[in-house]
Amino acid sequence: MIDDDVLERVLASALRTGGEFAEVFASDWQGTGVGLDDGRIEQLSTGRSRGAGIRVIRGESTGFAHTADVSEAGLLAAARAAAEAASHGEAGVRTVALVERSTRVVSPVDVDPAKVGKAAKVELLRRVDEAARSAGSAIAQVSAGYSDGRTRILIANSDGLLARDERVRTLMRVSAVANGDTGMQTGFDSVGHTMGFELFDKISVEEVARTAARRALTKLKARPAPSGSLPVVIKAGSGGVLFHEACGHGLEADLVSKGASVYRGKVGELVASPLVTLVDDGTMTHEWGAISIDDEGHPSQYNVLIQDGVLTDYMWDFLRARKEGRPQSGNGRRQSYKDLPMVRMTNTYVLNGQEEPDDIIRDTSHGVYVAHLGGGSVNTATGDFVFGMTEAYMIENGEITEPLREGNLIGNGPQVLRDIDRLGNDFAMGNPGTCGKDGQGVPVGDGQPTLRVASLTVGGTAA
Amino acid sequence: MTSIDRSGELLALAERVVAMAGPGEQVEAYVSRGLSTEVRVYEGEVEHFVSAQSEGIGIRVIRGGRTGTSYAGTLDEKIVAEVLAEARDNLGFAEVDEWAGLAEPDGVAVVPQQLWNPDLELTSTSRKIDLAKQLERLTLGRDKRVRVDDANYADSFGEAAVATTTGIRAAGRENGCYVSVGTLADDGDETQTGFGFAVGRTVDELDVERAASDAVDRATRLLGATKPESRRVTVVLDPYVTAQFLGIIGGTLSGDAVARGRSLFAQRLGDEVATPLLTLVDDPTNPLAYTATDIDGEGLAARRNVLIDSGRLDRFVHSSYSARRLGAAPTGNGVRGGYAGSPGAGCLALNVVPGSRSQAEIISGIDDGILVQQVQGLHSGVNAVSGDFSTGAAGLVITNGTLGRPVREFTIASTLQRMLLDIVEIGGDVEWLPMRAAGVSLVIRDVTMSGS
Repeated sequence: MIDDDVLERVLASALRTGGEFAEVFASDWQGTGVGLDDGRIEQLSTGRSRGAGIRVIRGESTGFAHTADVSEAGLLAAARAAAEAASHGEAGVRTVALVERSTRVVSPVDVDPAKVGKAAKVELLRRVDEAARSAGSAIAQVSAGYSDGRTRILIANSDGLLARDERVRTLMRVSAVANGDTGMQTGFDSVGHTMGFELFDKISVEEVARTAARRALTKLKARPAPSGSLPVVIKAGSGGVLFHEACGHGLEADLVSKGASVYRGKVGELVASPLVTLVDDGTMTHEWGAISIDDEGHPSQYNVLIQDGVLTDYMWDFLRARKEGRPQSGNGRRQSYKDLPMVRMTNTYVLNGQEEPDDIIRDTSHGVYVAHLGGGSVNTATGDFVFGMTEAYMIENGEITEPLREGNLIGNGPQVLRDIDRLGNDFAMGNPGTCGKDGQGVPVGDGQPTLRVASLTVGGTAA
Repeated sequence: MTSIDRSGELLALAERVVAMAGPGEQVEAYVSRGLSTEVRVYEGEVEHFVSAQSEGIGIRVIRGGRTGTSYAGTLDEKIVAEVLAEARDNLGFAEVDEWAGLAEPDGVAVVPQQLWNPDLELTSTSRKIDLAKQLERLTLGRDKRVRVDDANYADSFGEAAVATTTGIRAAGRENGCYVSVGTLADDGDETQTGFGFAVGRTVDELDVERAASDAVDRATRLLGATKPESRRVTVVLDPYVTAQFLGIIGGTLSGDAVARGRSLFAQRLGDEVATPLLTLVDDPTNPLAYTATDIDGEGLAARRNVLIDSGRLDRFVHSSYSARRLGAAPTGNGVRGGYAGSPGAGCLALNVVPGSRSQAEIISGIDDGILVQQVQGLHSGVNAVSGDFSTGAAGLVITNGTLGRPVREFTIASTLQRMLLDIVEIGGDVEWLPMRAAGVSLVIRDVTMSGS
């Protein structure tokens, strides 16, 4: 993408105003999207985006500039802008010698989607449409999307680091609308992995379509969700977002260092039920949040955040680790070359417990069984979180009974972690997600075994 | 700041692309370019200073009812030619849609808007940094319990042009700036958060004092909040909360959602869908609206549209596609998410025709209720197709006409359909907010509140 000697000159230029650290992050993205709606392929769209972001750090201040022009002239102009932004200080001359670091590939790609014909991508969605519509005569509408993207990344910094990576992600999503006497209901499902077009040899797109359709159809018969505090059992692979929201964000070192996290100063303390071991794992092959290196060039890692209920560590990026004089954890990520990196999660999940999931349901006399959760959000400073139940059922006398209409679950992160009283042995990863923070979205994964929270507030309309 | 005033250049590029249309082809080129800066201050020092520029082109080609699109984050003419070729290639894989097509000039006159103030370009870097520092200082000075998470200044300068083979030629530019601050308030073991912001076309318009006091009030007013008991109550939505709900209701009135069978109001034009008190208008020509604009994303004149008239559903908002497909008149509501997206139908600047009383007067007449000052998780808690909603909320208890203790960690739930009918009063306190809807106090009866 950019020659080494150009990078060295650009970094030297970025340091001219006295910066202590400079970095070039360049990326070249190309992708395809296909949209199906209302029974027809509405459009096929292709896009590309290439550019570089240059960061200069001086003391506690960061200057950042980005450009779509990756010629030496364009990069030097951005370097000057970043250097100017970082300081108003004395000039200095530093040279940089880059040493290329080999990247251990976490998610190898068999079939580059860019080399797959557009017709094959269109065909996938036709199959999805047909499968969803044949799931039930009440299915009134189906929309589906396919997308793939390949990003080539190059990172060089004034510490001499030079790293490259190539990331390929492929995704298919489907949303169905069912129409009945009680109005319209929706169902959604998706599958996405850090891999190429071979994804569709491994999964059945029809199955994904039928799942979305079934969710919509089931809710036609649903009754309003209850309101109030109840035990909630969360199906394996459907509630990892709870941990992402309820505690993951609070373990990001940038929020911790500003005192904007309820977990500040709690390392070594029991912060969760002893059943809970929580990890963030960028090395989980082919998962949606998997990365070979983070967006600062640090190799991804398997990081234990909570071990048997005890908080063991936070997640770190370059800036926060440097400030604390400790190693990075491979969690420095950014949405694109236009953004500054921040501490971000990768794949965040709870390890397996011991119990059979059926036993957990059987031992719940009155509660809610959540089979699919939608999006959510958290206030990291208070720990208050909220997320939507998109497929849920009542549990009565130890059995799953009637389906429920949609409603939010709300709770407080630290409290919920302590209230986990049962943990299953059926670990599964959930849907691919996009985590938003400070206006930037990055791909993340989550997962957990079936588990029970002794008490959560269910925000339905029924008494 | 580099001058961005190169008007004409973008439109000329869009026109060059359109001129390359082949026989039987409709072509649209949308070109945009922007510059922005962002300063974040923490503990009196610059935490980061970002200077950004972006540009890109999106091209749509339609032939024989098939649509292909392509885009690139550059205006390099060599790549632009490739983007056009790629869009052409892509249309071969789409299916025929008899309503596919581009916007056509419809003779509606543009209502000019003041969206650009040249003074903003003259603002020095140090002034920008000082504004963020001033905001942090003012916020900290108001209350000892309050800490600042981050204080920011940001500005942006954008210009865009769109041209089509159907005769659309439109270009515009817009700039603006804002300051914002995130706060934390501590009381013993408890921490609550708040935020404040101010928006303007020039830095002199920024009400930094107001941003600071809002951020302090929002963080401190919830200290000591408890979880209320589950029950049915009357809720008063603060203007900021109402604006968020209006945005969601606006989504259900999108012609795109209607055309594709995804709007709960699809078959209900002419029906009484809301209390007769409610008149909902989308009016981007009102200069008070922060999202005021003169042209929509397809290059048609933006215009005032009454969507709900005294409770009766009067109109949906349309892109050229949804208008054509539903046999409706265009409403100038093509919305596009930058050069990479295709235009859809969406509201541009919603507002509710206000009532007369202040929020305090309204509250004085309520025996048992909740003033909802913030909602959490609205995006995950509302199903805009079924209408079911459930959202986390926080606010103040209303007892016998008086505001009382703070409450949090509860949900309010209903359906959008019921909520529109259950509105019992609309306040006179319109607040123009930097979002696609203006706020006003809204009183809704019989809402389910889930707490303890």
